[in-house]
Amino acid sequence: MSLRLREVARSFGGVKAVDGASFEVAPGEVHGLIGPNGAGKTTLLNLISGLLQPTSGTIELQGRRIDKLPSNRIAALGVSRTFQNIRLFPELSALGNVVVGLHLKRQGLIWQRLLALPAPRREALQAEATARALLARVGMQAREADAAKNLSYGEQRRVEIARALAADPRVLLLDEPTAGMNRPEAAAIGELVRAVAREGRAVLLIEHNVPLVMKLCDRITVLNFGKVIARGTPAEVARDPQVIAAYLGDEEAA
Amino acid sequence: MRDLFLAYQSLFAYVGINALLALSVYATLSCGQLSLANAGFMAIGAYTGALLTLHTGTSWPLVLVASALLPALVAVPLGLPVLRLRGVFLAIATIGFGEVVRLFFVNWSFANGALGLVAIPQRASLWLIWVCVGAALWVFARLRGSKTGLALQAIREDETAARSMGIDTTSHKLAMLSLGAGLAGLAGALEAHLTFMVSPAGFGFGRVVEMLVQAVVGGASIFFGPLLGAAFLTTLPEILRELSARTGLQPGAFRQMLNGLVLLAVILYLPNGLASLPARLRERKAVK
Amino acid sequence: MGQQALNGIFVGSIYALFAVGYTLVFGVLDILNLAHQAIFMLAAFLALALVEAHLPLFVAMPVAIVAAGLIGIVLERVAFRPLRDRADSNISGLISSLAMATVFEAIAMQVFGPDISRFPLGTFPDRVIRVGSASASLLQVVIVAIALLLMAVLTVLLARTQLGRQIRAVAESPRAARILGVNVNRVIAAAFFLSSALGGAAGVLFALAFNSISPDVGRGVELKGLAVIILGGMGSIPGAVVAGFALGLLETFTVARFGSSFRDAVSFGVLIAVLLARPRGLFGQAAVREG
Repeated sequence: MSLRLREVARSFGGVKAVDGASFEVAPGEVHGLIGPNGAGKTTLLNLISGLLQPTSGTIELQGRRIDKLPSNRIAALGVSRTFQNIRLFPELSALGNVVVGLHLKRQGLIWQRLLALPAPRREALQAEATARALLARVGMQAREADAAKNLSYGEQRRVEIARALAADPRVLLLDEPTAGMNRPEAAAIGELVRAVAREGRAVLLIEHNVPLVMKLCDRITVLNFGKVIARGTPAEVARDPQVIAAYLGDEEAA
Repeated sequence: MRDLFLAYQSLFAYVGINALLALSVYATLSCGQLSLANAGFMAIGAYTGALLTLHTGTSWPLVLVASALLPALVAVPLGLPVLRLRGVFLAIATIGFGEVVRLFFVNWSFANGALGLVAIPQRASLWLIWVCVGAALWVFARLRGSKTGLALQAIREDETAARSMGIDTTSHKLAMLSLGAGLAGLAGALEAHLTFMVSPAGFGFGRVVEMLVQAVVGGASIFFGPLLGAAFLTTLPEILRELSARTGLQPGAFRQMLNGLVLLAVILYLPNGLASLPARLRERKAVK
Repeated sequence: MGQQALNGIFVGSIYALFAVGYTLVFGVLDILNLAHQAIFMLAAFLALALVEAHLPLFVAMPVAIVAAGLIGIVLERVAFRPLRDRADSNISGLISSLAMATVFEAIAMQVFGPDISRFPLGTFPDRVIRVGSASASLLQVVIVAIALLLMAVLTVLLARTQLGRQIRAVAESPRAARILGVNVNRVIAAAFFLSSALGGAAGVLFALAFNSISPDVGRGVELKGLAVIILGGMGSIPGAVVAGFALGLLETFTVARFGSSFRDAVSFGVLIAVLLARPRGLFGQAAVREG
């Protein structure tokens, strides 16, 4: 499924956090969303996943408008995400977190459960097996029983990705998935992202790790002060004088 | 000797009813919501049961079903507008609801207003009360680890993230509000048929606080916590009644003070209640 | 009709004063202080005790108000501050303030007994003022005046003083305020002092107005206070003022038309109507929906 944004804008009071953003992510594509801090990248992700509603503009999933829907409906339509500040369920285990991610794929069976019939137990074991496989995909199978709050930063990020993949999403939104990771860890995530996209998903990736983004993404959209200042292939974007100015300006300030 | 047995029987009956009430509060706490309406739901169930028994020939089982069903249904229009908003709005709306229900019964002349109803036949036996408690515990135990139970826990820990996983948080919260209302209504009817009487005074806000204290003190993160809390906090004042008599403390004030201080202590220092004590002690030892 | 309007304004001024304190803390801490109504009650009892100890009313009242403010500081320190960093701080804050309210009510019950207490005769001169075809007692006029004065003082304080600016900064973003050098703990304590002092003032005025004080008097007012802050918008002080008077008027006219048993139904009705139609209330800024 493709994701398309048309002139999406979001204001808070008088501040325009996102100002007329338009771009598209195709199935199988890894699309990078980069820009200096405060450029509006996470706000854009929140708009797509339904945590916020745009003040104007439209967001479409395979032609169907999703910009006024609540976040659980958007998730049900095949959109999954991770969060910039990592929002795992702290008391649940790594496995438990991923099983929650399977919610949309699981069967209800509540009455059978109350009557202590065998089917729900089988279903639960199946769900756990699926979750286990997902954890293995991100290399976290050994820590499946540990509470999420007890995992390291990088481990939590990996579990969060597994949880996002659990619902077999058509569109995957990743908010700084490699933040806080060292080079080999980040590279492994990069491999995973590419593999996930190749499965036919549209992946929108916010990242500050610019070399990784350049290597990984098919196309990139660059945001600054809520506006799209450049769009295109990594090579095109890297050459764009406005992008260089934005990043250089950021570096000088830093 | 017989008096002693009868005294204990009464105590166990009250522990059972309080356990149902604490579980009714737990229902919403388990998904991170604070509902303060359960005294109101209890009142609806109590009056429904009492009126059906006193004025119609409805069979006892049907009386119980109606007493649980009516509050459960009332919970839906109460919850729908409020549950899609932030949690504090539920607390506010339920405080208001509880007060309005109490005032409704105070003003309802058909139910004798503030005087309430008396001479309700004693149909609630000890074993019936505990069968109901057992059934409630069963439901919560079976929810645990199920798809729904996991969703409730997710909502409790991070509602926004839960919603992003596709969980319909409003429906889940509404279901729990309704379940809690039904349990409170059932407890109300049982109490009415245990103590022979029903009056609005028994359903004031102090009652809600009592239920809340028992749920929180016992432990609102696991289904048997409320039972522990009910047992502990129903028997404790009985044991301490001697103390209140000797020190000249007003019994009403004493009970309230106890509730307040225990609740405060638990929420500050042992937020997951008595049920979490073994785990906490183990953690403490592991650190050492 | 005019008489009803006067009565409505009179009772509305007390509701507004009570609600302003309530909404101030919500605006700053994003939390509902369920012990506010208990401090309202304690202040009333304190004023009564001082008057019974032969202090003149115009001394007893300010003392009770300041004492209420101090209780508010203690409340914040004991019941809210330890929970500030917790993940579930909303719900646990509600529960701990509820616990404190219960403790306060128990203290009042122990010290003053569960029954209704009244001010001794002659506490306030018994005079009537005529306004057109309607009449108001001197007491009513003074109460409205004091309520308006206190609310005006708060408004000026928030708008013009440094403390007021700091309170608004913390309400906007505690983290940003801290970075800017604001002593957030002290500001929050000050906000609680102001909130509880106003709530206490409302309590004393209420006790004088209706000459009926009991440990559960706060419960009755709490529902009205909640209706007012929801109608006015959580965290909005002008909203609380406007909505307080509006509720007072609405209540008075409803009771005149339908009888006093409907008095509290008005508050609940307003509450639900606002939550259904416009949860934000009249002037509310705070986010109303979850995530």
